[in-house]
Parts: sequence; C-alpha cells; structure tokens
Amino acid sequence: MSEQNGQEQVLEKPESQLKEIWYSLCRNKGALIALGIIVFLIFVAIFRDFLMPYDPNYSDMGKAFQRPNSEHWFGTDQLGRDIFSRIIYGTRISLSVGLIAVTFALTVGTVLGSIAGYFGGKVDTVIMRCMDMMLAVPSILLAITFMAALGKGIDKAIIAIGLVSIPEYARIVRGSILSIKESDYVQAAKVIGNNDMTIIFKHILPNVLSSLIVRATLGISTAVLDTAALGFLGLGVQPPIAEWGDMLGRARGFIFSAPYTLIFPGMAISLTVLAFNMLGDGLRDALDPKSRNK
Amino acid sequence: MMLEVKNLTTEFKQKKGTVRAVNNVSFSVAPGEILAIVGESGSGKSVTSLSIMGLTPGKVSGEILFHGEDLRKKSVKEMQDIRGDKISMIFQEPMTSLNPVHRIKDQLCETIIRHMDLSKEDALKRAIEMLTLVGIPSPEKRINDYPHQMSGGMRQRVMIAMALSCHPELLIADEPTTALDVTIQAQIMELIYQLREKLNMGVILITHDLGVVAESADRVIVMYCGRVLEEASVVDLFANPKHPYTKGLLASIPRIDDQQERLYMIRGMVPNLADMPAGCSFSDRCDFCMDKCRQKMPKLKEVDGRAVRCFLYHDEEEETE
Repeated sequence: MSEQNGQEQVLEKPESQLKEIWYSLCRNKGALIALGIIVFLIFVAIFRDFLMPYDPNYSDMGKAFQRPNSEHWFGTDQLGRDIFSRIIYGTRISLSVGLIAVTFALTVGTVLGSIAGYFGGKVDTVIMRCMDMMLAVPSILLAITFMAALGKGIDKAIIAIGLVSIPEYARIVRGSILSIKESDYVQAAKVIGNNDMTIIFKHILPNVLSSLIVRATLGISTAVLDTAALGFLGLGVQPPIAEWGDMLGRARGFIFSAPYTLIFPGMAISLTVLAFNMLGDGLRDALDPKSRNK
Repeated sequence: MMLEVKNLTTEFKQKKGTVRAVNNVSFSVAPGEILAIVGESGSGKSVTSLSIMGLTPGKVSGEILFHGEDLRKKSVKEMQDIRGDKISMIFQEPMTSLNPVHRIKDQLCETIIRHMDLSKEDALKRAIEMLTLVGIPSPEKRINDYPHQMSGGMRQRVMIAMALSCHPELLIADEPTTALDVTIQAQIMELIYQLREKLNMGVILITHDLGVVAESADRVIVMYCGRVLEEASVVDLFANPKHPYTKGLLASIPRIDDQQERLYMIRGMVPNLADMPAGCSFSDRCDFCMDKCRQKMPKLKEVDGRAVRCFLYHDEEEETE
C-alpha cells in the first residue's frame, strides 16, 4: 500500500457526534428559534415564582374582565385574576405534563414495539393485540377511565395521558423494526456475533429514531392538549390551580365579550406546540447522517 | 478438514407444505482452500451458507462439523462467539450491508472489540490496518465516514475488512461481486485471493458467475434445486463437465470468439421447490432424459475423485436415492 496509509500518521480527530448534530441544528433557523422558545419556556417554568407579578389565585371581583393594560398585561379573567401570572404559573404544569407523559409513553412504547417487532410470533400477537384494544377506545375516553381508577390530580393525569399514548409509539417502532430487521446490515450485525439486545438497541433503533422524534414532538403537543381536555372535564387540574387548558375551558363562555381571556392561554398552548414541532423537524434532519451534511 | 458439512437439509414450512431449500448436501473445506458453490437463483446456495452460520429461520438437520465440533449443537452464546471471529461472511449487497446511522469506524471497531481483547485505541488501529489491507486510500480519514459517503466498491471493501478483522478461519462470501462493476469485481476477487494466501483461510465462494469460479476457485459444487449435482476440481469441471446441467451452464457462457446469432440456453424453467417433478429434479430440462430419470432420483456417485448425480454415469439401476 502507498506510504500515505502508514500507521504512523496522526489520526484525525473527527467531530463528536453530538457536536455534529448541534452544528447541523444551528444551520436550521426554524429549529434554532424553536429551541430558543423552549429554553425560554423552561426558564419561565423554573423561575415562575419570581416572575409572576401577582398571585395567580388571588381573586379580586372588582377587577374582573379588565382589558390588557399596563397593570395587567394580559388582562384579568372572570374572577379578576391576573391572566399573565396564571399563564406563567401554568407553564410548569403544561411543560412537565408534555415532557413526562411523552417520555413515559415513548420509553414503554419503544420497548414493547421493539420486542413485538423483533421477536415476532406469539409475543408480537399478544403485545400488539393489547395495543389494538387500547387504540380501539377513543384516547380521551380511555384517559378518563384511567383517571377514574387512579383518582384526580395532575400527576395522575400525566400517567393517564402517558398510558393512552403508548400504542402509537409501539406501532411506529414495531412497523419500522419489521422492515429494518430484514435488512442486510442487521443480518451482517448477526453475522459478526452480536446478541439480540445489541442488535435492537445499537443497530435497529437508531434507524427508527427519526420517525420517533417527529412523533414524540407532536406527542408533546397532543399531551398538552389532552391535559387541557382533562382539565376542561374537571379531571386533571383542580381549580383554582392555573393550567392553560383549564383556563381556556373556563373562559370559553366569554369568547365574544372578553376574547383576551381565551387568546392568551390559547397563544401559550400554540406557541409551545409550534416550538416542539419545529424543534422535532430540525432534530429529525440533524439526527440523520445523510441529510446532516447537506 | 476444517469444515465438514454432512447431509445438510434445510426445510421451510409454508402454507402449501414443507419446502426443502437444501437437500442432503455434503461438502468440506480445507484451510486455504476456495470452494465455489454455483447454481441458479433459488438453488439453495445462500440458504446453505446461512445454515452454516446458524442464521436461517428454517429447520436444519444434518451435521455441520467445524474442527470436528457440530455447530448445530452449540448454544446461542457459543455461536455468537464463533460468528465474526472464526467464521465470517460477506453479503452480496454492499449498498445495504452497512448500517446507515453509524460511522465506518464504529462498525469496524464493534466487531474487533466484540471478539478480540483490545482497547478502543488498539481496535481503531487494527480497523485502520484492515482498511489499508483491503486497499482503501487514506483510511485514517475514510474511517470517519458514514456509509453513504462511500461508493459501492468501497463499501464492499469495508464489509470485507469487517469480515476479516478477526482473522476468521473460514470466510463465506455470498456473491461478493454481484452488485459491483467488472473492474471492481476483479479487484475484490484478487483481494480475497491474496488474503486467503496470507491468512490461510478457507473460503466458501457462492456465486452464479462461472467466470469468477474459473479464475479463483479450487473446487466447485454445482447445486440445483437444493441438491448437489456435481462436484469436481475447477480444472476438471471446466475441461470435462459431466452432468448435463453443468454442460448446459458452461455452454451458456457467451464467448467473445464465437460468432453466434443466438446464445445457448437451457430450455425450461427451474421447477418450484414446492412442486418438484418426480425423479431427477433436472429431468424436465435435460436433453439426455431417460425413462428412469422421471421415476427415480439418481445418487451422487463418485467417479475418479469427483462426484456426479446422473444416471448417465451409473452402471446399475439400483443406485437411487
């Protein structure tokens, strides 16, 4: 072989994978903005107690339905509570519901889907028929059923929302694994002597990641909206605790007389959902080595 | 003998019934020997190799002796230790045989760390050594590439580097050159040829390219519908093919010095494995077919150090299977 291939040559240190993903993400403006919004939301969630100008639960009936003004930036609601403070207070609840419920569903769904897809046969049938049974019932109805069994409260709402979204992840992972496990590189991984777990986690799952990431970020949005729906039905957050969906639900009667009571919590939800979706899109591109270098 | 396969039969259960993809196949490979298995698509070549690796979903029976130990009796864990270390395999599709989400480096080092007791740095050194061996220019740069940044020929070289990184005693090359263009084909075959000299490894070369066989193999097995029809040294086979099927195959190779209007072809189609003709599986397409060919399957008969499964070379009628 030629001299340039000599072993003495110093090894070029490649960019670490994380760095490369980060650079690629930085090139995507939308994703960067989304990341900024999410960092901001997390900041608000952590330091909410220092940021709220008023007690979110302090009701002053004399000040009900004030339009946005210098004193109350987002106005006040039907009970005279400061909407700005309530939205800040609700950030932590909505974010944690979204992140925890999705993480839970993602983990359980991925494991179940991987086992079903990779091993096939009876295991597959048992797992996937259970998933089908869960999918057969409308998710909000199922969540209500879980809530009925678990009791009221935000922590239980998180569990219920997480549980009902497991089947979606399980299905996505199983479907992808079914096609990937037949691929030559998985066969090649077996040929070099890997065991099943290494093959699933190291060789198959990274290939499923892009579709999972997209689904998970969409899932965060769904989880936020589901919490809102549960709150609206009086099952999630208990009044007077401020939660975006609950605020929206309770203000819905005033949509024409005092639209700002709905617009601001609605905007908060939309902004969060949008940010997560945009970040998901960016992440999908950044995680795929093929589109990363373009 | 390093590898001895005795009466290997692999069956697949299907709705229509059981299909025998590999039927009573026996052969052996010595260290440093290249054994070619040739045959049409669906003749059971690839299933044979996967059966040796213990990776076929079908039901395998018979003996696969590797250094006298039956691979079929090994536990899952023991087989995982043998795969990639003692026995390696190259696939026919270099474009899809590497995982798109991992760097070449990680895929190469994975095998090395899995089977050899090496640190990460030493494994990386060894990976670069292997890439140099298979002739990839500036390997210390290319090792950081992802598979999609490489051409087909390069990927096949990486696959070969991966397969050889632990100095296997036996390499199963399942159509290693089919997806590559002719110049790369020649390079890859030359590489396998050199490496078996250097490392004294046995090679099972699975192919349907008789040109490749003529150039590189020591012995040849001709398979048809899961059975061995003929086995001979490469010189004997090309100089004096015995089985009508082998003759047909050799006659089908177009020659550059021949002025032919039409190319020769073996008439008919390969029968469906689920619906085999009675008697010899080649009887429907054979120019020398006799009555008994349609009733009985001839035995693989040894003549002058080679073997052929055809009634044309049988003295007595009794030699059937």
